[in-house]
Amino acid sequence: MATQEIPPERKNYLNAEYGIRSWLFTTDHKRIAMLYLVSITAMFFVGGFFALLIRLELLTPAGDLLLADTYNKMFSMHGQVMVFFFLIPSIPAVLGNFLIPMMVGAKDLAFPRINLLSWYIYIVGAGLYLWCIATGGVDTGWTFYTPYSSLFSNSHVIEAGLAIFIAGFSSILTGLNFVVTVHRMRAPGMTWSRLPLFVWSHYATSIIMLLGTPVIAITLVLVVLERTLNLGIFDPTRGGDPVLFQHLFWFYSHPAVYIMILPSMAVVSEIIPCFSRKRVFGYNFVAMSSIAIAVIGFLVWAHHMFVAGISLYSALVFSFLTFLVAVPSAIKVFNWTATMYKGSISFSTPMLYALGFIGLFTIGGLTGVFLATLGLDVHVHDTYFVIAHFHYVMVGGAVLGFLGGMHFWWPKITGRMYPEAWGRVAAIIVFIGFNLTFFPQFVLGYLGMPRRYWDYSHMPEWQGLNVLSTAGATILAVGYLLPMVYMLWSLRYGKVADDNPWQATGLEWTTQSPPTTFNFDETPIVTWEAYEYEKMPLPQEVTLER
Amino acid sequence: METPLAVEHEGRPELRHHFADEQQQRNAASLGMWWFLGTEIMFFGGMFCAYLVYRHWYFPEFAVASRSLSLPIGTFNTTVLICSSLTVAMSVRAAQLGNRKLQVRMLLLTLVFGLAFIGIKGIEWREKYEEHHIPTFHYNVVGGKGDLVEKNAKFLGLEKLKNDPAKLEQRKAEIQRNTQIFYSLYFALTGMHAIHMIIGVGIFIVITWMAHKGRFTPEYHTPLEIAGLYWHFVDIVWIYLFPLLYLIDRKPIS
Repeated sequence: MATQEIPPERKNYLNAEYGIRSWLFTTDHKRIAMLYLVSITAMFFVGGFFALLIRLELLTPAGDLLLADTYNKMFSMHGQVMVFFFLIPSIPAVLGNFLIPMMVGAKDLAFPRINLLSWYIYIVGAGLYLWCIATGGVDTGWTFYTPYSSLFSNSHVIEAGLAIFIAGFSSILTGLNFVVTVHRMRAPGMTWSRLPLFVWSHYATSIIMLLGTPVIAITLVLVVLERTLNLGIFDPTRGGDPVLFQHLFWFYSHPAVYIMILPSMAVVSEIIPCFSRKRVFGYNFVAMSSIAIAVIGFLVWAHHMFVAGISLYSALVFSFLTFLVAVPSAIKVFNWTATMYKGSISFSTPMLYALGFIGLFTIGGLTGVFLATLGLDVHVHDTYFVIAHFHYVMVGGAVLGFLGGMHFWWPKITGRMYPEAWGRVAAIIVFIGFNLTFFPQFVLGYLGMPRRYWDYSHMPEWQGLNVLSTAGATILAVGYLLPMVYMLWSLRYGKVADDNPWQATGLEWTTQSPPTTFNFDETPIVTWEAYEYEKMPLPQEVTLER
Repeated sequence: METPLAVEHEGRPELRHHFADEQQQRNAASLGMWWFLGTEIMFFGGMFCAYLVYRHWYFPEFAVASRSLSLPIGTFNTTVLICSSLTVAMSVRAAQLGNRKLQVRMLLLTLVFGLAFIGIKGIEWREKYEEHHIPTFHYNVVGGKGDLVEKNAKFLGLEKLKNDPAKLEQRKAEIQRNTQIFYSLYFALTGMHAIHMIIGVGIFIVITWMAHKGRFTPEYHTPLEIAGLYWHFVDIVWIYLFPLLYLIDRKPIS
């Protein structure tokens, strides 16, 4: 295939400078976003490899592929890599980094050097974690529960704990940058009520990053100190309290779920109005529900501990508060749906991912309400029901949002269009593969299959559903690899993108594709509301389809 | 607003390229530091929370162990730290007034106070080491140099158990165990605070050097202000640690 004729090259952030040094010492938020994109993709494949081994082991009831200890390490490291090194930085550090300054009309984030520092901190953390994997890995489960992690485990808990402690600072600094940027760097006329919902959602995410991450940092430090210096803070034989560890751990790790899902909601809030050609329905409610999720999300952590010996009264309160957090999430789903109502919908790739997100997140969220119900939680606690629930939120929600966002902003990021037909095929493969992987796990969990088991030969009738799940995971893997291939392909052979191929609103689309180093030639002055789609012309592709 | 970037920022070396004016830059820096201090509150919050839980659970042991800390040294150190905050505030004032000499002097004093605090803390820790009060390093509070049990037998309710040697021994083992939790948290809290102090001293060495070079003017002294905020925060953490570890329930044991 011959490369297309391209017009004389315009200066942009990609060709402003060349060479490895120009990337490693850049303070341009867009280049840092690309550094993050490469690193989190690498970590995603590391975590995905562990998932593959887990699913292959569960293909048969007997524990025949991996040793029991190896299996423990596989699910522990799958969880830790995916949560701390892929999901948490995924959308904020890549799309947020790239887009927030442009969306608010700024030349960069408030602290460009701190932004670069956060990437280096991430790399040190990820490097230490890879070192931990290479030297034998960790087998505590992703949750580091004491006293197993502090007393009994013979694996590399200290390295893993320190790696996550370090990576935490990178997410604190990213959050700090976003909050200050949104407060202080908005262009003239860009009032709070004119901000894109993407920015609102990331603002809420940043607050969680800032207030939650330090707590897990100190908790992991205490676990590491307990292992190295034999302190007894979480060790019941020395007067400590393991449940205190769980409180501190979940105080961060439950809000961390919202660090993963809020940015995805941010992406979906941009895609839906664009491909429905309509103003987003109930802007204020969607914006405020992000803040509500961040605030209420901090008050629900003990629903992870209903069977850990907390008092019935506190369990009741936490159960109630967990029901409450479903309300703002539901507001968002209803508003997206209402945005599509009577809209002029086109099923482009980003929209397919967004629609997939709404459906799967709804299932994931509603099963979360099941789990918040005290009686049912006792039945399905630590079963595959829980696994299926949080994968519906984290994969069906967060990863679909990430893929949707990558497709939506790909023309802006690279200046090239991805191949639309392949995009749609991949989106459908991901959706089918995902459901085939995780829906059977709801059933398995309800039947009582416990999580973290490596051998279920006492219940061979569970095999059918497990085979379905493994088959689904294989399809899902194809769905992940396809975009990798065609997006890399598009870098060279893709159609050259216009500045605004979707005819979307938002300041980022008023810049050139790819943007120049300082984003805007002149600081924009904003005199319009967000999402004025009634004033935008239809994009070319949509008119062709009619 | 509509002038090109290069013209807009000409002759303003302190203004970074992505800010419109100095006011915006200063506001961004100070908001960033305030939020960072918010994360620091959460960081220490986890340990404060653990301390409160265990203090509630093991009140007598915590009371006894708390009284083993030296009140005179603690009070003196608190004074030193408050003085250092004063000198930081005065150096910021000196920068506002454009008095470079006073600025540098006050910053040097801050460094002296900061290092003194860390040194005195070191002396306290050394004392704990000699008393075998550092967890796991030959930790012992029953008899010996760092005895807390025999000395406080009445307060700990050991006298009631005099006739039951088995129970007495069990209670003593419990006290040995639970006071160790106090010292674990004491060292975690004061250790983390000391690490923050050391980082603070490092920052202020740089700031003092910048002040010496005349980098701060009445118009531009943001780094000094921001570093000052951090210093005051570390000071305030101690203002909470001191009563929590040293002062509360420190009535004489009869």
